[in-house]
Amino acid sequence: MGTARETILARIRRATRDVPAAEKPEDVPVERGYLTEGADAREAVVDRFAEYVAEYKATVHRVDEKDLPRVIAEALERRGVEKLVIPAGLPGEWVPEGVETLRDGEDGSQLTNGDLDGSDGVLTGCSLGIAQTGTIVLDAGAGQGRRALTLVPDYHLCVVKEDQIVDLLPEAIAQLKGAVKDAGRAVTFISGPSATSDIELNRVEGVHGPRTLEVLISG
Amino acid sequence: MTLEVPDAFSPGKTPKFQELAKVSLADTQLRRNIGKAARGIREKRAVAVEELPDWQELREAGRAIKERTLRHLDHYLLQLEESVRKAGGQVHWARDAEEANRIIAGIARDHDADEVVKVKSIATDEIKLNEHLESEGIKAHETDLAELIIQLAGEESSHILVPAIHKNRAEIREIFLRGLDVEDLSDDPKDLAEAARLYLRKKFLSAKVGVSGANFGVAETGTVCVVESEGNGRMCTTLPPVLVTLMGIEKLIPTWRDFEVYMQLLPRSSTAERMNPYTSFWTGVSEGDGPQEFHLVLLDNGRTNVLADERGRQALNCIRCSACLNACPVYERTGGHAYNSVYPGPIGAILTPQLVGIGKPGPDSLPYASSLCGACYDVCPVKINIPEVLIHLRGRVVRNQQSGDGLAGTLNPENVAMQIMAKTFADPALYERSQKLARIGQWPLARSGTIHRLPGELSGWTRTRDLKPVPEKSFREWWRERKNGEG
Ligand code: SF4
Repeated sequence: MGTARETILARIRRATRDVPAAEKPEDVPVERGYLTEGADAREAVVDRFAEYVAEYKATVHRVDEKDLPRVIAEALERRGVEKLVIPAGLPGEWVPEGVETLRDGEDGSQLTNGDLDGSDGVLTGCSLGIAQTGTIVLDAGAGQGRRALTLVPDYHLCVVKEDQIVDLLPEAIAQLKGAVKDAGRAVTFISGPSATSDIELNRVEGVHGPRTLEVLISG
Repeated sequence: MTLEVPDAFSPGKTPKFQELAKVSLADTQLRRNIGKAARGIREKRAVAVEELPDWQELREAGRAIKERTLRHLDHYLLQLEESVRKAGGQVHWARDAEEANRIIAGIARDHDADEVVKVKSIATDEIKLNEHLESEGIKAHETDLAELIIQLAGEESSHILVPAIHKNRAEIREIFLRGLDVEDLSDDPKDLAEAARLYLRKKFLSAKVGVSGANFGVAETGTVCVVESEGNGRMCTTLPPVLVTLMGIEKLIPTWRDFEVYMQLLPRSSTAERMNPYTSFWTGVSEGDGPQEFHLVLLDNGRTNVLADERGRQALNCIRCSACLNACPVYERTGGHAYNSVYPGPIGAILTPQLVGIGKPGPDSLPYASSLCGACYDVCPVKINIPEVLIHLRGRVVRNQQSGDGLAGTLNPENVAMQIMAKTFADPALYERSQKLARIGQWPLARSGTIHRLPGELSGWTRTRDLKPVPEKSFREWWRERKNGEG
């Protein structure tokens, strides 16, 4: 008996003896007859994104881009955030004065898990928004940070620019291919705050991830 | 309710579905909880699915991609292995449960870990990883709320997706008071969740090794994906410095692009949401982000048995959404424990006997745990024709029993009938027609609710066993009318 690898591959080849030797994977037809692009106008797409994100019990605000710094400061104050986690590459003008900032990833230094756990929240941008599902996509790019930053703090304030919002999921998957295939970066889909429905099927917010998700859609 | 019996993956004799179902049917709390849950999810799922105008096209693509993958599984596995290695991960191959357990325990030991944090995974349940780690002095902490409840209660889960479906809040409060070291606790779901959060957060922040399953693995890029609700999957796959992922070899998809299909099919089918709260995709090791050591363990453990059956192979398409469980009238009445396997419900009835091999009384009884109503096929997002495979497996079970008697299985009347039925089930229209025919044709023959003899081709089937009459209105017809009536 050979290695596990050889044995499993041999078992697979034996099990698929009915497949003609000349058949290539691409010879097995895959019909992609589903929609890959939405047909709606921008305005409708952005509206739908806002509506669906809110349905997950996230707080959503529509903001004029020039008002972002003010609205961010107001949101943090409402929430009572004193220690704010800031990922590398976040636009400087978003960061309000008067809060203690915990900066991660600048000149190679990292916050500890303890720092993150002791913070009051995190402010990030995002890679994409998906209107069809009300999903925010993070790909560890600039202004988003590594995964732990948006996981350990209890409050996540996320800025989504209108032109980052796509209509259908296939559009998002296509746009993310580079970050995954070429850069090998981690991707996270976030659709509302953390939830469970395991106790008599009642959806309970926040078992592990951030229990409050606030989204600012800027355009 | 605890059933002290070895499950289908244990060596030796295991009880039959019919025996276990009797125990479950007697438990009214269990039936009430499961009934409520199944009805709730079923209705919500239909709404979520109707929102997508291209649902049938997505299903067809979901099926076809899996068919392509399975027909060329060796090719894609080798591609996956190479992609994961290039991305900085390590790949291990495990022929069976024992080998997988050994590999995972070995990794934990290499890091002097006496505990690991785990995100719910059916594959790790299948190989009984927790028990094995325990025997090596390593404590595995389950981190889903439901799994934590099950673990503290010392039971096995009863539902793929909502494992604690058979516990009500008062019972959960009791379990937490005993297990979590808390002084005082109400039975408000919110408070119960908070108690679990505090307890588990400590574990996440200190664990050296995280263990997960995988919903998908991508051959082209080496990306592994975990779909979840609570955030414990993100915790387990992000915070510990070392991550071990156990993935059944059938979880493979060829390309990154294929997520455009499965990430539409899975959430709507499983939790009836447009999208589940969190989905993590990682590709090997990313410098400075998450675990800096990643192990992917590829598990066979009977999957190649399933692959070898041309007709039964489609059971490997399964993306574990659990829609077929919620659609199943048999499951709704008996609950998951009756299936005595980590794979309950209609999918379990076709997967378990193939995984462990035909010829074991417990698993052999599972293909009979169905009224063949076809509701499971209708909801399945990857179009697994469960009724067809059920009939086919009944044929295999019978053939196997007869070969033991020295009889040629193919000559057996039940077997011939089974093969005809299998053909009929392969075509839904033909199936409904035959059911209608049977209903019209049977009434003079039915006595005291049981048919003793059927005319024509099917008569061999009743020579050996009493057959329940076809109901006045089949579940399929009823289901369709009901749907139309509502829509
Ligand atoms: S068999 Fe189909 S419906 Fe059942 S769990 Fe698997 S994918 Fe879902």
